Amino acid sequence: MHELEYPFDSQYIIKKKRSIKRTLLERDIKYVEKKIAVLGGSTTHDIIQVLELFLLNTGIKPTFYESEYAKYWEDVMFDNPELKEFSPDLIYIHTGNRNLNHLPTLQMSKEDVEAGLRADYEHFRVLWEKIGDTYHCPVIQNNFEFPYYRLLGNAEATEYRGSVRYINRLNEMFAEYAQTHQDFYIQDIQYLSACYGLDKWADSHYWHMYKYALAVDAIPTLSYNLANIMKSLFGKNKKAFALDLDNTLWGGIIGDDGVENIEIGPETSMGQVYAEFQSYIKKHKDLGVILNVCSKNEKENAIAGLEHPDSILKPDDFILIKANWEPKSQNLVEAAKQLDLLPESFVFVDDNPAEREIIRAQVPGTAVPEIGSVEDYIRVLDHAGYFEVTTLSEDDAKRNEMYKQNVQRTELAQSFGDYGEYLRSLEMKGTIEGFIPIYLERIAQLSNKSNQFNLTTRRYTRTEIEEIAGDNAYIDLYGKLEDKFGDNGVVSVVIGHKDGETLHMDLWIMSCRVLKRDMEFAMMDELVAKSQAAGIKTIRGYYYPTAKNHMVENFYAQMGFTKVSEDAEGNTEWEFKVEADYQKQNQWIEVNGK
Amino acid sequence: MSREEIFDKLNEVFRDVFDDDSITVKDETTAADVDGWDSHMHISLIDAVEEEFEIRFDMKTVVKMKNVGEMVDEIEKQI
Repeated sequence: MHELEYPFDSQYIIKKKRSIKRTLLERDIKYVEKKIAVLGGSTTHDIIQVLELFLLNTGIKPTFYESEYAKYWEDVMFDNPELKEFSPDLIYIHTGNRNLNHLPTLQMSKEDVEAGLRADYEHFRVLWEKIGDTYHCPVIQNNFEFPYYRLLGNAEATEYRGSVRYINRLNEMFAEYAQTHQDFYIQDIQYLSACYGLDKWADSHYWHMYKYALAVDAIPTLSYNLANIMKSLFGKNKKAFALDLDNTLWGGIIGDDGVENIEIGPETSMGQVYAEFQSYIKKHKDLGVILNVCSKNEKENAIAGLEHPDSILKPDDFILIKANWEPKSQNLVEAAKQLDLLPESFVFVDDNPAEREIIRAQVPGTAVPEIGSVEDYIRVLDHAGYFEVTTLSEDDAKRNEMYKQNVQRTELAQSFGDYGEYLRSLEMKGTIEGFIPIYLERIAQLSNKSNQFNLTTRRYTRTEIEEIAGDNAYIDLYGKLEDKFGDNGVVSVVIGHKDGETLHMDLWIMSCRVLKRDMEFAMMDELVAKSQAAGIKTIRGYYYPTAKNHMVENFYAQMGFTKVSEDAEGNTEWEFKVEADYQKQNQWIEVNGK
Repeated sequence: MSREEIFDKLNEVFRDVFDDDSITVKDETTAADVDGWDSHMHISLIDAVEEEFEIRFDMKTVVKMKNVGEMVDEIEKQI
């Protein structure tokens, strides 16, 4: 919904939140449902209401638990049957510097300040530990905004008793905790309030009137940012860019002006601003964001522009270069198909409002930011938070390389008459075994990102994956696939829980980039082998349809299961008898060195 | 802007905030007369009125206002 895309009109959202919610709920969308507990040290009512709008807009339907006013600490530390019953998928702790009990005063000695800092930190640390022990769900904790007045002026930043320095140090301790603990995320209010303007953000009118820790008009900024962290955790991040060229990545029209006259590089101020934007885009490769071109141009002109000596982005940085005269909506949909991504995983960046409008109308779900003028591009894309990072795995940095290899594989496949011959030529080697520590992060990440090849669409946190790995009641497998073009990394995950001689499949996912490579059969073979060893006689598979997982509707039939039931919503149950003479189904992948 | 014009604009704001096109406010209207006008919605309402008339109610004024008529008095003073 356009009104909820960054850059948005905060006052409009506050005013119209009722009707916006009504409009959102009228859409025919299959939501992922999540239970979110908001524990506040100040009023949180509108933060929740506006957060709900942003989450609904990304396809997440939240139900909320809200702590009593300022009871964030008591709600966790003391027995709380209501919160236990609620069983949150995520807990957000919203506190501000007015919740700190030991802010320094000028009477304090250095030791007093240190003791106070320790006490303020411990107050929160015990809370987070208790949540970890009791609720086993991710926690988002915001850090602290700067104080809104400075008794000592600039010295507040340097004096040991300075409140600015105190907040900096406390925030650093929060960051250190986040770096060393799983499932714990910081919402950086220190940065957000600076962007917004601290005087406006911390306007004390709203504290004294309504006990809000921030101005009401700043709430959409806070809630939008919070929704970004949540969508990242719940697997709703964007994955790719589709970038226009003329007046987007460089100044001028290359077809008219010629490659020597486009504005890019250090010679002019306009050239510099485009170069800075190109650098910003290029850095996304290290996050695993896929770069593509979507431009109305002759392909040779597009390539010539990217080969300009001052162009920071080179043809090689892109996976697909769609430069032709077809409608951009068509190019975008084709690019998505070629990359095995959904169109809604793309961010479409184009200076031309008409092109943006076409994508909005023809390819709903694709992010189409109003990017403004070239000097605004970075700020708009950055604050929009399409690629909010909550986990950063080694695979992310390699992702562009993997997609490039995939395009090469497709080209190779087209040169073979026989698909089997092609698979043989890939020289595939798989590793399929129980979860091991180095891949837990990636396994959790995959469970949150897979939408299409996903039988149950269950999401797991890293903590849950770790528990399953160590629990004998489960059979768990990850599958890694290499071929002559490179390492695809961990691409498939299977989890089943034992119930006597039956194994119930909780999760079966695979990355679409290894579709039709026999990997699903290799996983099945290993699953059967593990089941045989564990004395399992029957495997029960479950398929729960979503808007995105039609492709695996009959997956269990292909694996040799028999359908045993189907309900009105299309949920199906399948059964597989584990026989001693099971014949391996994978033909082309050498698994575990065999 | 006349008092009637202020009321017209104010009605629009009330209808937007409470998502209810049947609302018509008068001088003597209070929170008790409008469905859903609780302390939380009051915050959104004040925010929306301030935006509409490009004014700012200071704290002393907000705590004093007894009904819509007094709100209009204050708006008249500021515009």
